[in-house]
Amino acid sequence: MTSPNPSDHQRPERAADSSLAIELIGINKHFGPVHANRDINLAIKRGTVHGIVGENGAGKSTLMSILYGFYTADSGEIRVNGVPHAITDSRHALALGIGMVHQHFMLVDNFTVLENIVLGAEDSALLRPTLNKAREHLKQLARDYGLEINPDAIVENLSVGQQQRVEILKALYRGAETLILDEPTGVLTPAEADHLFRILRKLREEGKTIILITHKLREIMAITDEVSVMRQGTMVQTLNTSDTSPEQLAELMVGRRVLLRVEKGPANPGKVLLDVKDLIVSDDFKVPRVKNVSFQVRAGEIVGIAGVAGNGQSELLESIAGMRDQLGGTISVNGNVLSLDGDDGAKRARDAGLAHVPEDRLRMGLITNFAAWENAILGYQDKYGSGLGLDIAKARETATEYMKKFDVRPASLDLKTANFSGGNQQKIVLAREMERDPDVLIVGQPTRGVDIGAIEFIHNQIIKMRDAGKAILLVSVELDEIRSLSDRILVMFDGHIVGEADPATADETELGLLMTGSHPDRVVTEPGTLPEHETPIQQTLVQMSPKNNAGRETN
Amino acid sequence: MEQLIVDLTLILDSTTRLAVPLILACLAGLYSERAGIVDIGLEGKLLAGAFAAAATAAVTGSAWLGLLAGIGAALVFSGIHGLASINFKGNQAISGVALNFLAAGLTTFLGQSWFKRGGYTPQLSGDRRFNPITLPFANELREVPIIGQIYYELISGHNIITYFAFIAVPVTAWVLFRTRFGLRLRAVGENPKAIDTAGISVTRLRYQALIITAVLVGIGGAYLSIAQSAGFNNNMSAGRGYIALAALIFAKWRPGPALLVCLMFGFLDAVQFRIQGQEFPIIGEVPVQAIQALPYILTVILLAGFVGRAVAPKASGIPYTKER
Amino acid sequence: MNTLPRWADIALLPVLNVVLAFLVGGLIVLAVGQNPLEAVGIMLYGAFGYGSGFGYTLYYTTDFIFAGLAVSLAYHAGLFNIGPEGQAYVGGLGVILIGLALNGTHWAIMFPLMIIVGALFGATWAFVPGYLQAKRGSHIVITTILFNFIATSMMSYIISRQLKPAGVNSDESAPLEAITRVPQLRTFIDLFKNSPVNLTFFLAIAALIFVYWLIWHTKFGYAVRSLGNNPVAAGYAGISNQKLIMIVMAMAGALAAMVAVNNVGGVQGRLILNFVNGAGFVGVAVAFMGRAHPVGVGLSALLFGILYQGGQELAFQMPGITREMIVTIQALVILFTGAMGDMLRAPLARLLTRAGATAGGK
Repeated sequence: MTSPNPSDHQRPERAADSSLAIELIGINKHFGPVHANRDINLAIKRGTVHGIVGENGAGKSTLMSILYGFYTADSGEIRVNGVPHAITDSRHALALGIGMVHQHFMLVDNFTVLENIVLGAEDSALLRPTLNKAREHLKQLARDYGLEINPDAIVENLSVGQQQRVEILKALYRGAETLILDEPTGVLTPAEADHLFRILRKLREEGKTIILITHKLREIMAITDEVSVMRQGTMVQTLNTSDTSPEQLAELMVGRRVLLRVEKGPANPGKVLLDVKDLIVSDDFKVPRVKNVSFQVRAGEIVGIAGVAGNGQSELLESIAGMRDQLGGTISVNGNVLSLDGDDGAKRARDAGLAHVPEDRLRMGLITNFAAWENAILGYQDKYGSGLGLDIAKARETATEYMKKFDVRPASLDLKTANFSGGNQQKIVLAREMERDPDVLIVGQPTRGVDIGAIEFIHNQIIKMRDAGKAILLVSVELDEIRSLSDRILVMFDGHIVGEADPATADETELGLLMTGSHPDRVVTEPGTLPEHETPIQQTLVQMSPKNNAGRETN
Repeated sequence: MEQLIVDLTLILDSTTRLAVPLILACLAGLYSERAGIVDIGLEGKLLAGAFAAAATAAVTGSAWLGLLAGIGAALVFSGIHGLASINFKGNQAISGVALNFLAAGLTTFLGQSWFKRGGYTPQLSGDRRFNPITLPFANELREVPIIGQIYYELISGHNIITYFAFIAVPVTAWVLFRTRFGLRLRAVGENPKAIDTAGISVTRLRYQALIITAVLVGIGGAYLSIAQSAGFNNNMSAGRGYIALAALIFAKWRPGPALLVCLMFGFLDAVQFRIQGQEFPIIGEVPVQAIQALPYILTVILLAGFVGRAVAPKASGIPYTKER
Repeated sequence: MNTLPRWADIALLPVLNVVLAFLVGGLIVLAVGQNPLEAVGIMLYGAFGYGSGFGYTLYYTTDFIFAGLAVSLAYHAGLFNIGPEGQAYVGGLGVILIGLALNGTHWAIMFPLMIIVGALFGATWAFVPGYLQAKRGSHIVITTILFNFIATSMMSYIISRQLKPAGVNSDESAPLEAITRVPQLRTFIDLFKNSPVNLTFFLAIAALIFVYWLIWHTKFGYAVRSLGNNPVAAGYAGISNQKLIMIVMAMAGALAAMVAVNNVGGVQGRLILNFVNGAGFVGVAVAFMGRAHPVGVGLSALLFGILYQGGQELAFQMPGITREMIVTIQALVILFTGAMGDMLRAPLARLLTRAGATAGGK
């Protein structure tokens, strides 16, 4: 049954007695002490787009991974087209017509599109016949759904949008009738997201069932027929999309009324503390990612950098923090030009009065194997003790102070940092970087993977720093966060700063266009293809790129 | 001119002989590393294979049974490596180093217990070894200048494992790039998640790779003790496993280039014997130790990337865990 | 998530792993038709039963502490140093060169000098793989192994062609005068009759304490552990990964070279071909068994000291068992405590949880 059937979509309509494509009944799943899914019931109607929303860690991805056979549920039943199945692995799920497009693509980067598509669905021990057949099949899928792609392209040379297309084609090639998409727009430009939604509509017209996991309410409102809300491992409610509102969904997701606005007074910009001039930076593969960027950040202001992930923001941030050699240009902190030669530039940047909250705390900001007190001095270790010795008592004192001030829980100095929740880990990093009284604070993704309660706290701390006269540079892929915190917004696209906006007056559509390249030669949108009602989707932007996340330490 | 060709033919002939264990070990490493498993234990497997082959051949009187035993020993070692690095998600470098020590200790210990010859196995002859095969018409063509000589000296007159090693190279290339198994093997070394989400067992695939690795390196070990030499002696692998690893890296994990690099090391080895004891202008006599160290020094230089950088299979060395 | 209580994690699990390694070793001994229990008895007698036996045990322990620390220190920086064998060997060159240069000088001056020059040589030999790892990305495991091979060839040339005095048959250097050699403990303590244990033993104890202090109580140690746990975060903390890798490797080489002070300076009084004789490799097992912690390293070095000295006794009494059995045990220890160290973790956690539940239920 792994052999794909080119005419899948032409199958006769199934008997109308069961209008449900998928039913999940009483699903439970534990990971050690964590109860990731708790008695979940869910029914999904055939030929609809069904949204599943929830905060990070609500259990959406786990639930879908169970349906896809990647995990096995501890208890509960799965029915596909009314028939109960014990889905043992992904191959089984595929055989039942369930396909999944994962948030982090499951592609082999140095394979061709064609090789990726047939991987695991080969017809015979020799590749050639399968490849030839798949090539023909792809042409047909391209015709039917508008999924054009060069079958011989190497995947790593494709844009993320195209890679996602390969993932969808993979599922369709295997005869998927139900397609699960996990946070599919996270890495897409607005135009690509738009294109994706057109494809999803087309698939729905052809009778496919789509399950869309997202935490972006606008997408839910724009494309789904029904929406289910999850919170802390439980299924809260399933609603008709037309009967609900983003406000109601947000409240269901969080379990209380959410204040999405940040209270802050007007900025009082003083002298220039951070001055970046003609900066050119390349990534680990020597590809230039920051191209001639210049800007200034003054005392008492927050400058936000908006952009789709992967447009050079990470490299910009790391370069200013002294962790990446620059190919050209200068960075000055408080009037002093930083010298960034060698691989200990971060030390010199700190000495010059710069503090850095990195985008990925687990990869860079913390040593998860260290106790909390050890991480509380990471980067400032040289300030503890006079000679060679490390003044452990003083370090623990500092850590105690930080934990109290930032309400880190549990306030245990000796607990391994890995055992703190994401929000508390982030507070340790923030306390360490903010409490040193730096002149310049650069912050990447301050609230990524952090629960809502901590988000409010973190935002308030950042505002407090600004009001204390610090220069703050903020990089975030959450446009809402940039808009609510920043005093000025710079938009980055393809390594350039392509525009500046005032958060008070900036229109989301305008920002969205800037983020996708406003240069005439860099337009990636397909003009004139967007129907009126789809415009809100353009504002939808990105949360994290798999590239930013892929380097997690594996030891 | 004639003499030059004869000389050259002879050097190339011994190049071939010396390259065989490297080629087999290198291809063996290629399978496991392409599947994402770093195999520093190649050295130990080579040694264990050599010992098992010689001991079995000595006892049973059959080179073929010796070969099977060599493969068997390598399989056991691969099994341990698999347990440590696939099932228990241990550190693959540590596991490999442990296996190398295990082979060094066990072969000498068992050799002494069984044969009481200070770690040597008994001298092998006749059917206890793989002897040279004379290809058809080799003797007839011997007198034909150049072509005949090359055929007689270089192509004909090797043992069966040598021919196997050279055939294994194109076969490996074919398996890797033309078959379903090869596709999956390459995929699991680059992105095991892609394999897992396609419903294929990562564990099974990696064990399959380790089995092929064991078969090839086991044959390589058998070559050392019952084809190239007439018996086992202590530490007879002499770092070939490490050199094979370096060759693999230099060949960027591709079979064709791997063959060339192994031949180059074989050539170096062959030339070694020629320079020993000879006086050279200016530098004089090269000390034998310098010649002995040469392959290792060259390997260090290759690894340092002074001759081009290599990118390993991405998942190489990382145990696969379903993420939570 | 199988979390073990702390005591089980730092004591029970490693002990179980070592026991497992020895059980498998015992099975191998059994398989060649020898009695492993009898073997253990003989070994223990050989190691502790009489004064010079005990002295030999401590002499071997000295070597293994240095080699074990050389591996452990590097391991804290995330570097797997398999090169103490070669590092100790080259360190021996430094020891003998300074010894011969100032031959006849009193040991009170020569002991520190031999330590310094030996350390310098060992450090240099380990620095190169460190440099290649830091600047060229060579795999430290393979490079350090290759450097062992290269050291063997190089030292063999130097000893047999350069240092060997005319008229001497065996491959060794000229001898140091008695006054220059590091004094053996038997000159102060009768118990150690004919054994070679010497002042270097106290240097080893000092090295254990020093490394403990260095790793857990200095800024340098903090940086080393940062690098070993998360190199990206270490870079973020302003630590130069490249510099640190080279420094740590050099220090590891210096520690390994102390094996040479023990042997060349303390016992043989001359540089003998292949004098390291596997002690450097034992260091790898000692480090894993001791979990790279100086206390653990001290204890496992002692265990291997017992094995080595007891093993000599064994070779006399049970000719079926050779010294190589020790290499096998060493391999099994690395395998079970290093590569498969977590094998018993999950079952043990389950067992303890169940036991706890039963106890709690009563």
